[in-house]
Amino acid sequence: MINDLYDRVTNETLQELIADYPIVADFFINYNLQNLENELPFSEALNKVDENILIDFGLNKTTVLDQLVLFLQTVSGEEQTTTVQEITILGGQTKSEDVEEFVFSIKSGEIISIVGPTGSGKSRFLADIECLAQRDTPTKRQILVNGRALEDEERFVMDGRLVAQLSQNMNFVMDLSVGEFLEMHAKSRLHPNPTKVVAECFAAANELVGEKFTLQTKVTQLSGGQSRALMIADTACMSTSPIVLIDEIENAGVDRRQAIHMLAKNEKIVLISTHDPLLALMAGKRLVIKNGGVYKIIETTPEERESLAKIEMLDNTLQSIRNKLRIGDRITPDTI
Amino acid sequence: MRLITVAGPPSSGKTSVILRLADILREKNQKIGVVKFDCLTSFDKIRYTEYDIPVLVGFAGKFCPDHFFISNVEDAVRWGMREGFDILITESAGLCNRCSPHIRGVLAICVIDNLSGIHTPRKIGPMLKFADIVVVTKGDIVSQAEREVFMFNIRQVNSNAKIIFINGITGQGAFMLGKHTIFAAKIASLRGYKLRFTTPASVCSYCTGETRIGEEYQNGMLRKMEFP
Repeated sequence: MINDLYDRVTNETLQELIADYPIVADFFINYNLQNLENELPFSEALNKVDENILIDFGLNKTTVLDQLVLFLQTVSGEEQTTTVQEITILGGQTKSEDVEEFVFSIKSGEIISIVGPTGSGKSRFLADIECLAQRDTPTKRQILVNGRALEDEERFVMDGRLVAQLSQNMNFVMDLSVGEFLEMHAKSRLHPNPTKVVAECFAAANELVGEKFTLQTKVTQLSGGQSRALMIADTACMSTSPIVLIDEIENAGVDRRQAIHMLAKNEKIVLISTHDPLLALMAGKRLVIKNGGVYKIIETTPEERESLAKIEMLDNTLQSIRNKLRIGDRITPDTI
Repeated sequence: MRLITVAGPPSSGKTSVILRLADILREKNQKIGVVKFDCLTSFDKIRYTEYDIPVLVGFAGKFCPDHFFISNVEDAVRWGMREGFDILITESAGLCNRCSPHIRGVLAICVIDNLSGIHTPRKIGPMLKFADIVVVTKGDIVSQAEREVFMFNIRQVNSNAKIIFINGITGQGAFMLGKHTIFAAKIASLRGYKLRFTTPASVCSYCTGETRIGEEYQNGMLRKMEFP
């Protein structure tokens, strides 16, 4: 593969190279080489520029070629993410060092909620999954991927790619429109069909909110609910991480039930740490955390699922009161 | 003693990352010391002292911070050896985006924050390009998409580095950084070691105190822009 890339870099004109790998344009910008003559191969085009540009980056005409090959290798290797069909969590110990006895497997497409008082150890639980703990974190838990324990080297390789996170503290900080934002993400993912995935993602996000937005809306101008919807749809459609950790989804005009199902439908393992009864009961199973350990594993019963509908009604009532107050209406006992 | 160099733009979270790393290393009974290379002032001494971590602070003042670093780091190592640290960490702020206090054969960490703009990794230069580990902070308050694009932009510039997201407040992610410190080579002295990248060249009249503006005052090594 490397030899192949070397051949292409040596023989193809920059125009051809950019046509095959649009992202390569970034490489030239990174090294202040955006004004090269496109109809020449890289090394010939380099002969026409001031070598000082390269020296500033600690490079010369030979080493910059190696850098380009390395760059191509990196960006074309980005696609490889481990397929995770299942993770298994083996119990470790609680805060008081009592044995935490449980084995719990989660398959892709499953939704699991994590409940427990503040400070009980919910975040630690999610952190163990994030770093693929191998009995070496304070909880001494072990995480198996596809039934297998992991060597440190494998953990390092997977680090940062396995887990996508969503929390209510997250914001958009880029000054881009929704369309530009999605395109940028698709580009960084080297998606083969960016236009298609951007359209899918945009449609999915709008399905989750009452108040629609356009591709031209700036991401920083989206309402709380719209931002959350866009983040969820983007994670579902565009992120390759097989595991999604959710730390609450606020009730701000987002269809939470649909949001969670959108993630699960895309074959992700969804873990929700929550105090929200709606989210907690939406999961197939819930883990109750107490004193730093998993205290109970509860399967959601048909009865509980039935109650979910009622809870949703209560929730809607509360939401409508909120909306009435917001627009200056009065509240009467009849409203409730 | 293991040596680790930590560099990053101002306020990117270097000190917080080092403190969270210290939590992890202390669990393994490692004795840690820090040398902070700063420019004019620093408030970090208090933070380290409060945390019971031995720290020395040096100010570059009117000198180029990179030149200042390289002329003092050998003595820093001697101090660390005398104090009997298991791990010595140097912390330095990269101010001109060209700073790169990374040494061949010494574990090099670059800290950048996710709030600093999506293209920042592509602008930082040698400090990021020559690092073994890139730590990204403040990732907990931006969207997953922005984290992924940021990570991609880091890879564009430095495809070999390990990228680790760390929450400087809760310490989430520091555990994995702790694991990587076993790759830091043990050293007794830095004599004969080399920088991974040259420091900025600057021997001109302004280096030696000139303040007046005008061609006749510009002597030594200078670079002039071309204006049409």
